[in-house]
This record gives sequence, structure tokens and C-alpha cells, in this order.
Amino acid sequence: MHIPDGYLGPQTYGAAYAVMAPVWAVASRIVSRTLRSRQAPMLALGAAFTFVIMMFNVPIPGGSSGHAVGAVLVAVLLGPWAACIAVSVALIVQALLFGDGGVTCIGANCLNMAVIMPFVGYAVYRLFAGRSAATSSRRWLGAAIGGYLGLNAAALAAAFEFGVQPMLAHDAAGHALYAPYSLAVAIPAMMLPHLLIFGFAEATVTGMVVAYLQRTDVTLLHGVPAGASKNEAAV
Amino acid sequence: MKTSTKLWIGLLALILLSPLGLILPAWLGGGTAWGEWSAQEIHKLIGYAPSGMTRLAGRWRAPLPDYALNGQDGAGLRTLSLSYIMSAVVGVALVVGITMLIGRLLARREGHHAS
Repeated sequence: MHIPDGYLGPQTYGAAYAVMAPVWAVASRIVSRTLRSRQAPMLALGAAFTFVIMMFNVPIPGGSSGHAVGAVLVAVLLGPWAACIAVSVALIVQALLFGDGGVTCIGANCLNMAVIMPFVGYAVYRLFAGRSAATSSRRWLGAAIGGYLGLNAAALAAAFEFGVQPMLAHDAAGHALYAPYSLAVAIPAMMLPHLLIFGFAEATVTGMVVAYLQRTDVTLLHGVPAGASKNEAAV
Repeated sequence: MKTSTKLWIGLLALILLSPLGLILPAWLGGGTAWGEWSAQEIHKLIGYAPSGMTRLAGRWRAPLPDYALNGQDGAGLRTLSLSYIMSAVVGVALVVGITMLIGRLLARREGHHAS
């Protein structure tokens, strides 16, 4: 899902940067109000986790591959705004150092994987978790479903960005200047593997880690007060 | 052991296991992700390389392209796996460093209430 340089025209990648600039500013403001200094290492751990989990390419039939992102997990632990910052750092390092995702497309890739994904996933998680106890199975289940839907929302956004390129720019011969496939091709090509395979990889990773933390230290979950002991939270 | 310590150990294990993300696709014939093809690959797919794409694609030369050293394109899986782990170490170190810095700059100090 890392859009490389050359796949998006200047209107699209420029617009994505224009959207991301205020989002990063707001995320910084909100995180500076809510993140406690003892959580700074968790933010770093979350960013590092998303960086590494994205290296685990999963092969699929048809000669393609894809991967989980981890953005919803970070959102469940630190909140969606902190997840936005953590995943953005991972994506920027991937683009600049490893050429994974284009430098012109950092805005678009962050919009998909550092904004749409954690916010959609976190909303689903909250909807599912409701007012359940911190150790309730509704939490890890909600996180897993949030991971599945968050990743698919990000994939749909990327498919849309790919798919509008032929409409936005082509030469006199009708050749595409950037990504050549229309929405009718891009959306099924992106969504089928994400709906059928990668979404379940994301759900498994997200649900498993949240379930593990529910058993070991629930206070690491976002919104659970630092003073809550395992027993208190279980009531 | 503190849970956060266990999580850091888990991260280290993921770094060491990361070549699975290289080896499994190589064994099972999983190629480039959809929409992430190189200009040559896309030429094969549609019969031409879009002109805007070739113009933009060459602009940035990443120092460790595809989590490998420059010129390791045709190298064996063993070499590529070592480069992959090394890339994971470098990447994680950078990501942790940058995020810690941002976290420290942004984080509220305990006992020091915002005005």
C-alpha cells in the first residue's frame, strides 16, 4: 500500500500534503496535551512496531504480496492522534531511507495509513468496546475488527488515489502520465487481497497483542487510568 | 519483568524474524504488491511506461533501496536476509530515536500542569 513516486500526479500528492500539514499540526497539539512523559517510550515502541511489521510481506496467489500495518494497535494503546504521529515517522523513514513509498507520496501514504487507518480502526474499537471493563473480551475483539476495517479503509483510499489518475492526466495518445489503471480496475485489485487476506493478518496481530496486554498490564490500553490494577479493572 | 521490557524483547524478535517477509514471498512466488511496480515492470504490464511516472520515479535515490544495499538486486536469499535484518536494525533505531525526541518534546511532564 506504499504508493511509490510517479504513481500520483502533482495535483493528488500536493493535495495530500496540503491535507496532512494541518493534521500533523493538530496531532502535535493534541498529543502534547495528552501524552504523559512516561508514555514517550511507548510512542517510540509503537512507531518501531509498525515499521517492522510492515516488513513482513505476505505472499498471495497471483504473484503479489502485502502486509499488515499496526496503526490500529498503536491507536488502541495510545489514541489515534499519537498513532498518527508514530505511523507517520515510520512511513517517512521508510520512504527516505528505504525507498518504500515515494517521497512525493509521503503525504498520501500518511493520509491512508497514519490517519484514515488509525481513526477508522479506533472508532470501530470504541464502538465495540463501549463501556466494557478493560479486561473484557469485547476489547480485543473490537481491536481485531478495528484492525481489519482500518486496513481496508486505508486500502480503499489508496485504490481511489490510484484510480483517479487516468482521469486527471493523460497525453494526446490517451496514455496515462501516472498510475494507469482506472477506478474499476484499481478498487477490486486493491480490495480483494485486503478483504480476503491482509485484513485478517492485521486483525490477528492487533487482537493478539491487545489480548496479551489485557492479561499482563491493562493500564497500557488508551483511556485506562494509570492507577487501575488488573483486579480493579476486571470488576 | 515489566510488560514494556517484554514488548521491547518482542520487537527484537520481530527484527530477527523479519527475513520471513522476504523468504516466504520468494518461496511461494509472491511478487511486487499491486501498484508498487518499477517502471520496467509496468512497461511489461501495459506496454509503455507512463512519462510522468518515469520522470518522478528516478528523482529520489534511497540509500538502502528495498531494505538492501545498493546493487544487491540479484543477490541470494541469505545475503538479502542479512541486509533485511540490518535494514530493520537501522530503521528501528532511527524511528525510535526520532519518535523519542518528538515524544519528549511534546509530552506533558508529570506534576507540571499545563498553563
